[in-house]
Amino acid sequence: MPGTYIPTDYFPVLVILLIASAIGLGALVAGILVRPRRPYAQKLTPYESGNPPIGEPRSQFSVKFYIIAMLFVVFDVEAVFMYPWAVAYDKLGIFGFVEMMLFMFILLIGYIYVWKKGAFNWE
Amino acid sequence: MTLQQIYFGYFATMMTIISLLVVSRKNPVHSVLWMLVLFVHMAGLYLFLNAEFLAAVQIIVYAGAIMVLFLFVIMLLNLRKEEKEFRLQKQWPVSAVTAVLFLVVLVSILGKITVLPELGEYSIDMINAQGSLMTIGNVLYTKYLLPFEIASVLLLVAIVGAVVLAKKRIE
Amino acid sequence: MSAAEMIGIFIETLIVVSILMLHVSYVVYFERKVIGHMQCRMGPMRVGWHGLLQPIADAIKLFFKEDIIPSQADKPIFYVAPLIGVLAALGSVAVIPMWEGFSIANLNIGILYILALSSVGSYAVILGGWASNSKYSFLGGLRSAAQVISYEIAMGLSLVGVMLMSGSANLSDIVHAQAGHWFIFTQPVAFFVFVIAIFAETNRVPFDMPEAETELVAGYATEYSGIRFGLFFMAEYAGMFVMSAFAVTCFLGGWSGPAFLPGFVWFILKVYAFIFLYFWIRATLPRYRYDQLMGLGWKLFIPLALANVVFTALMKIL
Repeated sequence: MPGTYIPTDYFPVLVILLIASAIGLGALVAGILVRPRRPYAQKLTPYESGNPPIGEPRSQFSVKFYIIAMLFVVFDVEAVFMYPWAVAYDKLGIFGFVEMMLFMFILLIGYIYVWKKGAFNWE
Repeated sequence: MTLQQIYFGYFATMMTIISLLVVSRKNPVHSVLWMLVLFVHMAGLYLFLNAEFLAAVQIIVYAGAIMVLFLFVIMLLNLRKEEKEFRLQKQWPVSAVTAVLFLVVLVSILGKITVLPELGEYSIDMINAQGSLMTIGNVLYTKYLLPFEIASVLLLVAIVGAVVLAKKRIE
Repeated sequence: MSAAEMIGIFIETLIVVSILMLHVSYVVYFERKVIGHMQCRMGPMRVGWHGLLQPIADAIKLFFKEDIIPSQADKPIFYVAPLIGVLAALGSVAVIPMWEGFSIANLNIGILYILALSSVGSYAVILGGWASNSKYSFLGGLRSAAQVISYEIAMGLSLVGVMLMSGSANLSDIVHAQAGHWFIFTQPVAFFVFVIAIFAETNRVPFDMPEAETELVAGYATEYSGIRFGLFFMAEYAGMFVMSAFAVTCFLGGWSGPAFLPGFVWFILKVYAFIFLYFWIRATLPRYRYDQLMGLGWKLFIPLALANVVFTALMKIL
């Protein structure tokens, strides 16, 4: 298959991920072999400072978290656009500077809008 | 079988299996976890196509940002109710028809794809010599300048949309 | 790649990871000693000479502790979450260059690789918190996720300054680009933002809201016990070690230093100096309030990092 290749550079990455999982799994298995196991109902209840738990634990939470996650997606994509730009900047020169300024300016409008709407205020 | 076929075969098979797992889990958080595994495999395929940067972006943006958003949305909704409901909703006949039509389209184009198009200017050796980031930087910010700037407008729309939607929900 | 080369890489990686694990356990000892002395205490003294065997004793203790899984917990995710954390923290070390010409994987996208793994690492905390089915855990996990993603942007943007200066995302190239002057001097604003961001990213004081013993008991780790808790603990300290090494590589000249000591020694010394900064701050500062932390990230550090990018790019043209 031309145009494709085996990424041998990444072989060490595969190895280290395998070793890391082996360490994690190994620790868990070793734990199973030596630790005691004496469960009873009270021990297995969620910790609430000794009181019996009340209500749904995964209760609804502020919509703020959702806004933050949404804004994160957008600004993360912006950052991703900047990585290749930064690396190739020496070749792009002034031209590269101007176009990135334009890109950032358009996003700045959005940023100011979000700020004015108070989405960054964690009331 | 060459090593390349084995490599591709592993990732293609795993991606199919994992995709099925993603859509068949009852608990949406389990689906998200499987989707994380799916994205790692997709990154593996990008590496196979000599697109290091895209592989990294696949993890950073899809796994690191979009899936976190999914998780928040799933947690924001009340999950317990979803679990008990019957999974085949009443729109299943429509879905079935769409799926069959899609299958027909797929089968009809099977023989018509150019499997090995002629290789262009950006060969593997050339990209490896420069580095994948450098190559993308040089092309994206000169030849594809307009799409890049339009992307910023698209992101602007997304920012405004997110705030407007969420604000409505607060009030 | 021949089979011999593959085995070579395997052995090399195994050695590096084992040494890293040893360092990670002694970072805990180092922390207890540093903070102890800062508070006019001795720190661990009982196990071995000046408590030197304390980390090993702690690890053995964790293995023998009962593993309690809350009855309502989502078992598969409860099991997997700490493993994700360990995988992300230990995996990041692969691209760190430790001396001239040596890193486990010399990737062209080294910076992006670490950013990618650290974003995957946040799943450990959020999924662990969710799966425990406990209020403290759930809140801790949520807080942590929002905090980590907010500061990840600031971290990525501060690294854009480094990439502009060095013209590469390969960590070895970045060290070479610092031959004349370290980036801490040419990119002080980026360094400042980066340090704050990695403190938030690794959930350390003054940004340890996800754990916050005094308000959330232990946050996402409340329901974890025994060796499962140990894995979370290990992931946190390994993450701290790797992020310190990342900071040393990007801003403090990596392995370079006067020739009377070998590069690896310089590298380790700098990493420990940076880790000392972590502990020093922990002993000095109180915890931030959560709303202040989020406001600071979005309103101060992201604009600051962007301004730094613009300024650096401008300076490069002139």
